[in-house]
Amino acid sequence: MTMTGPNGAGRDEGLSLQQQRARSAVWFLAPMLVALFLVAAWPLGRTIWFSLTDTTLDNIYGGKFVGFSNYLRVRTLDSGAMLWRGTLVDPAWWNAVWNTVKFALISVILETVLGLLVALVLNAEFKGRGLVRAAILIPWAIPTIVSAKMWSWMLNDQFGIINNIMLNLGLIDHKIAWTASNDTAMIAVLIVDVWKTTPFMALLCLAGLQMVPRDIYEAARIDGIHPIKVFFRVTLPLIRPAVAVAVIFRMLDALRIFDLVYVLTPNSAATKTMSVISRENMIDFNKFAYGASQSTLLFAILAIFVALYIWLGKVDLTGETNR
Amino acid sequence: MSGTLAHRLWTILFYLFVAVIVIFAVFPFYYAIVTSFSTGTALFEVHYWPVTFDTSNYETVLGGRQFPRSIVNSVFIAATTVIFALFLAVTASYALSRVRFRGRGLLLMAILAVSMFPQIAVLAGMIEMIKFLGLFNTPWAMIISYTVFTLPFTVWVLTTFMRDLPVEIEEAAIVDGATPWIIITKVFLPLLWPALVTTGLLAFIGAWNEFLFALTFTLSEDQRTTPVAIAMLSGASVQEIPWGPIMAASVIVTVPLVVLVMIFQRKIVAGLTAGGVKG
Amino acid sequence: MTFKFKSLIAGSVMAAALSTAFSAVPASAEEITYVSGAVGKAVENFAALVKPWEEKTGNKVTLVPMPASTSDQFGQYRLWLAAGNSDIDLYQTDVIWAPQLADHFVDLSAAAKDLAPQHFPSIIQSQTVNGKLVALPIFTDAPALYYRKDLLEKYGKQPPKTWDELAATAKEIQDKEREAGAKDLWGFVWQGNAYEGLTCDALEWVKSFGGGQIVEPDGKISINNEKAAKALETAKSWVGTISPEGVLSYQEEEARGLWQSGNAVFMRNWPYAYTLGNGDDSKVKGKFDVTTLPVGGEGDTSAATLGGWNVAVSKYSKHQEAAISLAMYLAGPEAQKQRAIAESNLPTIISLYDDADIAKAQPIIPQWKNVFLNAVPRPSAPTLGKYNEVSSKFWSAVHDTLSGNGSAADNLAKLEADLTDLKGDQW
Repeated sequence: MTMTGPNGAGRDEGLSLQQQRARSAVWFLAPMLVALFLVAAWPLGRTIWFSLTDTTLDNIYGGKFVGFSNYLRVRTLDSGAMLWRGTLVDPAWWNAVWNTVKFALISVILETVLGLLVALVLNAEFKGRGLVRAAILIPWAIPTIVSAKMWSWMLNDQFGIINNIMLNLGLIDHKIAWTASNDTAMIAVLIVDVWKTTPFMALLCLAGLQMVPRDIYEAARIDGIHPIKVFFRVTLPLIRPAVAVAVIFRMLDALRIFDLVYVLTPNSAATKTMSVISRENMIDFNKFAYGASQSTLLFAILAIFVALYIWLGKVDLTGETNR
Repeated sequence: MSGTLAHRLWTILFYLFVAVIVIFAVFPFYYAIVTSFSTGTALFEVHYWPVTFDTSNYETVLGGRQFPRSIVNSVFIAATTVIFALFLAVTASYALSRVRFRGRGLLLMAILAVSMFPQIAVLAGMIEMIKFLGLFNTPWAMIISYTVFTLPFTVWVLTTFMRDLPVEIEEAAIVDGATPWIIITKVFLPLLWPALVTTGLLAFIGAWNEFLFALTFTLSEDQRTTPVAIAMLSGASVQEIPWGPIMAASVIVTVPLVVLVMIFQRKIVAGLTAGGVKG
Repeated sequence: MTFKFKSLIAGSVMAAALSTAFSAVPASAEEITYVSGAVGKAVENFAALVKPWEEKTGNKVTLVPMPASTSDQFGQYRLWLAAGNSDIDLYQTDVIWAPQLADHFVDLSAAAKDLAPQHFPSIIQSQTVNGKLVALPIFTDAPALYYRKDLLEKYGKQPPKTWDELAATAKEIQDKEREAGAKDLWGFVWQGNAYEGLTCDALEWVKSFGGGQIVEPDGKISINNEKAAKALETAKSWVGTISPEGVLSYQEEEARGLWQSGNAVFMRNWPYAYTLGNGDDSKVKGKFDVTTLPVGGEGDTSAATLGGWNVAVSKYSKHQEAAISLAMYLAGPEAQKQRAIAESNLPTIISLYDDADIAKAQPIIPQWKNVFLNAVPRPSAPTLGKYNEVSSKFWSAVHDTLSGNGSAADNLAKLEADLTDLKGDQW
């Protein structure tokens, strides 16, 4: 897109209507583009730049360019041994990457399956459907901070109601420290995330389901095809595009998760995600540039992931091709 | 032979499943309400039903130092963010949806890409910018930074929505010689109201709930937004966690949202699906 | 735009706090902003505390309360100081922060040359970085062992001297009481969550076993030694036997919750739990006492991690003179005495431990002097700006050991390697 002259109001004589409209489009787009440049492109660019310097938070403008040494550098000891340093060989970082990926995969799979189930229920006609739909929207409306606080209270090992319920039901024989123990911290985060986001998935799936014409089910019923078969052979292929888009949006949210982990299980190595470790380095450990390099890597990982997903899954995100 | 018994069993199972869904969804909120009405040692005992009805947690929070103030902040910040985003988005999405020009698809992808930015990736640059503009600890720091996630989203949804409006309504106006500005304000805006309400509401919720930027850019207590205020609610001593007031504050912050969502639930569903799903 | 917003909803308190542009407007009486970990009732206490100063100087002090978690506070303060924020004049700082934030604070050594010698020298030392007095102590903190007098008497036990004694006593009472029907009773609760508090707890174990203090004052990394490993293995043996497994998620408050509902024989905690434990809704009111923490064995000395809070003046403050005057007041005998009486905060001025009024109002304070004299500092001074990372690595290694991920010896060897890496050529 090129910038045209200042009189783009679309009154120029001799221009085709199409050209006039294209010109005015520039002016309609300009404010948004400027805004997006200022709040997104510029800060992102600065973050990437910081990652190539030795900037500290105390001295933001005093950083020197140091190349890629925040990512990877080598130090040769007097003994001749080589020491590799930097984010790319930092076990804490890879632990965070692994945590994030594990969290994203499990939560998105669970949410998609449960979301579909809930959507199927909501797609059926029954009394009180509106109420149920309103009820499942509650978790989605609750601020993440609030839900993290609510759940950390419910998951509290001594006074929490979850342990109480499970003890009473005989599911566990001793109180579990959900958010603290390394074995269960991730489960706790997953529970809260699934609780909070399944409604969102369910609604997206429901919207897809409602576009499936009712007469298909009718025809299948008359032909005596088993409902489960109908679901896998007919419904699922029809709603696949809708679900595919929903999945990628959820996946991106999951990969950059911050506030839930920050409030629910701060400091737990078992749940520390890429965003959390990056902020920790930037602010708590006074390694601003190092944290910036981790943010940059997170951004790169997301970008590669989206590109692959669109390319491999042939997902049409813009809706441009079919018109 | 799928007799009535099997049918009835199926119905019971179905409603049981519905009940499980509803309980799972609503219970934490319910439990927060129960907790918010207990105090003292009663807090540290599990009760499934409200045993006490003690409003002192609410008095602590609302009568307290600054929580009402942070509600005002949150409302102001979220509302301004929404108005700002909608204003920019309406004109932009008109251009993106109704005008053909080179690079449109690319531009749409770029906008979508921004909505995928991890907040942490812009945090470092944003700190620098807010510091440079001297906006630390003012509502404008949040209003500006929230644009990074509200604007792409609103543009996206409104573009999808406008694209689906029939060509004919616009053609009639063009024939009458209307300028694009007139077309937007006089032809599209009236049709856009439902979409505006929905996207506005969704953006509002997003801004209302945001934590990372608010945590970074607020400083004095009277500038905090509600999520930060809740995260920072303090107890009667350094090491004490005030679960009662935290739950009371949580309930206060959540109830308006739940009410809004209840009222607009149909529209929200429509808006979410327009944002994410193309039929 | 700022102005418009202000006229919209403000008009009240925040003239100084709102925008940098606005705070340049001169005021006859200065408004001083003081930020501190929030302490519910203490907000009112603070107002009372600074009132004499306000009356004397005609200035006004506004308190900005912060969350209780010290690491949350630290992140925020670091950010604001880095942003050169001039809205906050004084910061209440944790004892371990001085070296990390030293650059942003005013040197108080000249102003406090008469006041500083009245304090415990070790505390003044901890707040001095390269000869610069970064902050003035306002109260100190040191944990102690809480024990249930009634239960110990019932089974004819003495307060334990060594950790082994503690484990044996706790086990015996726990088992017998459970047989008698108190099913939820545990022997010993402490802070095992992976956070700064675990660094404190574990430092006490290691030190009291004679295993050094992680990084010695000269900067040497000493943590990888047999005594330290033995200390951690001892602590590990408590988990699931005399301490609930959930102790690995406990911070101070969870431990106190269990203790105060009468479900623990021993607890390691800070002085704040003393006042709360004697509150009216406490089930252990009047049934407990405190003593120094146990030791590893014969010849070892008890160790309590040094906590405590200080006041520092921001370099970016626009009211430095008034701010320094307030800092001096808060660290002085008058304010410390008031704090001790109202909130059972331990004074840092030596002579106040012999003060009759304090002894009368808070009999525990003179008693606590012994605890405090054994206090061991965390290695924040030698590790300078890297302390947070050192502490984070230490508590992770300890938490791993306690939850059974690797033996203490292995984890400490790994920790030593990590710390050596982190140290590089020098701290």
